[in-house]
Amino acid sequence: MPNDEKFPASRYGPAERHMAESLVEIERQMLADPQQEDCDCKEGMFNGLTRRGLLAGGLALGGGALMSGRAAAEAPPGAVEYYVQPDPTKEQGRLILQDDGYGSRSQFESEVRWRYPTASIESSWSMTPLASGHGIITPSGLHFERHHAGIPTIDPRTHELILHGMVDTPMRFTMDDLKRLPAVSKIHFIECSGNGLTEWDEPTLKTVQGTHGLTSTSEWTGVRLSTLLEMAGVSDGAAWILAEGADAAVMTRSVPIDKAMDDAILAYAQNGEAIRPEQGYPLRLLLPGYEGNTHIKWLRRLEVSDKPFMTREETSKYTDLMPDGSARQFSLEMEAKSVITFPSGAMKLPRPGFYEVTGVAWSGRGKITKVEVSADGGKTWEEASLEGPVLPICHTRFRLPWKWTGEQAVLQSRATDDTGYVQPALSELVDVRGLNSVYHLNAIQSWHISEDGEVTNVHA
Amino acid sequence: MFMRNLTVVCAIALATSPLLAEDSGEEKATERTSATLPERLEETGERAPMEPPRSSAEEVGEIDVSSNAFGVGQPATEEQISAIDIDVMPDGQGLPEGSGTFADGKTAYDQACAACHGSDMEGVSELGAPALLGGRGTLADDSPVKTVESYWPYASTLYDYVHRAMPLQSPGSLSPDEVYAISAYILGRAGIISDDPDTTLDADSMAEIKMPNADGFVEDPRPDVGGNE
Ligand code: HEC
Repeated sequence: MPNDEKFPASRYGPAERHMAESLVEIERQMLADPQQEDCDCKEGMFNGLTRRGLLAGGLALGGGALMSGRAAAEAPPGAVEYYVQPDPTKEQGRLILQDDGYGSRSQFESEVRWRYPTASIESSWSMTPLASGHGIITPSGLHFERHHAGIPTIDPRTHELILHGMVDTPMRFTMDDLKRLPAVSKIHFIECSGNGLTEWDEPTLKTVQGTHGLTSTSEWTGVRLSTLLEMAGVSDGAAWILAEGADAAVMTRSVPIDKAMDDAILAYAQNGEAIRPEQGYPLRLLLPGYEGNTHIKWLRRLEVSDKPFMTREETSKYTDLMPDGSARQFSLEMEAKSVITFPSGAMKLPRPGFYEVTGVAWSGRGKITKVEVSADGGKTWEEASLEGPVLPICHTRFRLPWKWTGEQAVLQSRATDDTGYVQPALSELVDVRGLNSVYHLNAIQSWHISEDGEVTNVHA
Repeated sequence: MFMRNLTVVCAIALATSPLLAEDSGEEKATERTSATLPERLEETGERAPMEPPRSSAEEVGEIDVSSNAFGVGQPATEEQISAIDIDVMPDGQGLPEGSGTFADGKTAYDQACAACHGSDMEGVSELGAPALLGGRGTLADDSPVKTVESYWPYASTLYDYVHRAMPLQSPGSLSPDEVYAISAYILGRAGIISDDPDTTLDADSMAEIKMPNADGFVEDPRPDVGGNE
């Protein structure tokens, strides 16, 4: 494709076009020669583009692939490549604090989040590798992400939260203020309501990371939102509260005030340390059991009102279109769901034998009370064991010993929560909601096992 | 192919990036933009612990834990609130003073929006920029087309979102007059208000607009599916 077609004059001014073409060329060269030093001699190669500009470009591209440099190519992300001793019992190991006091994972581990290939890189999401997860906690570095406008870098020393609207005394809090208030720590999952959106019509993505990777569990620590609301004094008639982030989307969602008073947390910590930047550093709203988009990150403002605000993310997006053309709005709670993470899509069982079937179950409405597993596509079910602690609104690990005989099988799991709700089959959901509702797919997942042990995503 | 698309977005982002402006090589002496490095205690050499966070309240005041009086935080002033209180509600609450015409909106749209959303607002799918027009009457079809015109229940959301988050590479950069004008242009092209070049939107007229799909939304009826034990 010649360049002039790629950047048509109808959409690009001459300067933008030149810039775009230059970038294409740079990307081509960097991909062709990833080892090349990013040296000063390159500067000025393209009119108006400096090395800093290049770096910014590389970063905006999300581009490990585009960043040159050898170190990155050697160890997996988050790991450091150390010398591997032929016999570790015969020589001293690496010295303590060679990591400068903040550890990293083993160089033999390479699990990473996977970015769903949305067309817009700014508004995109990355998914948790559930297949290799253990227990119920997601490592902070593998917690799924959904950003609408990139990840801001915010200095906590200047960040403030303003609480105003229908309150007696509008208040302003620094991060230090919030950390001085009584705190709580809770272990909760967050699930994006778009989790599984590719799977309504036909099995589309191959792995459990692709089909279910928009859910993750962390321990979150912060101040109860009710503490702040009581400090400010909520006026009579208040019914909703707007939460607003300090990112470039200035993300906003309306939340029922009852939820805010009940169990909402303003979280500044995740899994025992400061919350990660991509999870909202320095402050995130946590609404246990609500769809992920409402857990506003980089929180800067809360406004109490008597009505919902009808922001873009609760009208144009995150609404569920029904077959009759009406759309459901404020479908906030995530219903009970489970998935088998082992064995799961795109794996190959090496041979017949014993396998422990395992996975996670969760419900936005409470505790998981039961998970059943079927190996025959739902004809017969066997109850799996739930591993404690079984916490409300939290990933719950289930396990079931299983003997694969080498015959075809379809593995499924079905969760029940303490409201008595039972996870439905996909056909039941589609019967009521059709195929265009995008969000809130919580159907039973099926993994087909072929005679040669290949595991594939199927609708059964 | 995918990489190419990213490149396009990147190119547009770079075109307005402040990084390009200050490219003279000489770094300005700037404040430290990360945490101070660990300090050590005398004698034992231990790592100094965190400093206890400090309340921003001017004075400690009365402490009564049972009634949430902690002497922490401070009242927010009108000025501080209005500096970031940018939301606009369906009844027009939050709409600023100002106005803009369809004709001015066309100029502003062509300049600030068309590169991504297309000159006829048809969207550019490889940039992830949605179509803003079309799709009326398709919501119950097999392939519904959800746009500002066909799907959005309130005009206030258009003002709010464009002002807050668009154009993608420089959000929050448009003046109230520009947002009114661009809204008039989009809603005029959508046939929701007149597409006469002089059609003007301001706070009052904006709040009166009834969108085609205003009654299209229902409350969440779940649990609607799923057995109950
Ligand atoms: C650099 C590309 C770019 C430019 C320029 C741009 N937009 Fe966008 N726009 C996007 C992308 C990408 C999205 C989707 C964002 C998301 O989903 O989070 C979007 C979303 C929107 C939406 C929401 C559509 C929906 O159905 O939810 C509206 C409205 C909009 N833009 C209006 C505008 C206006 C008006 C301008 C000019 C002032 C503009 N945009 C300039 C890329 C752009």
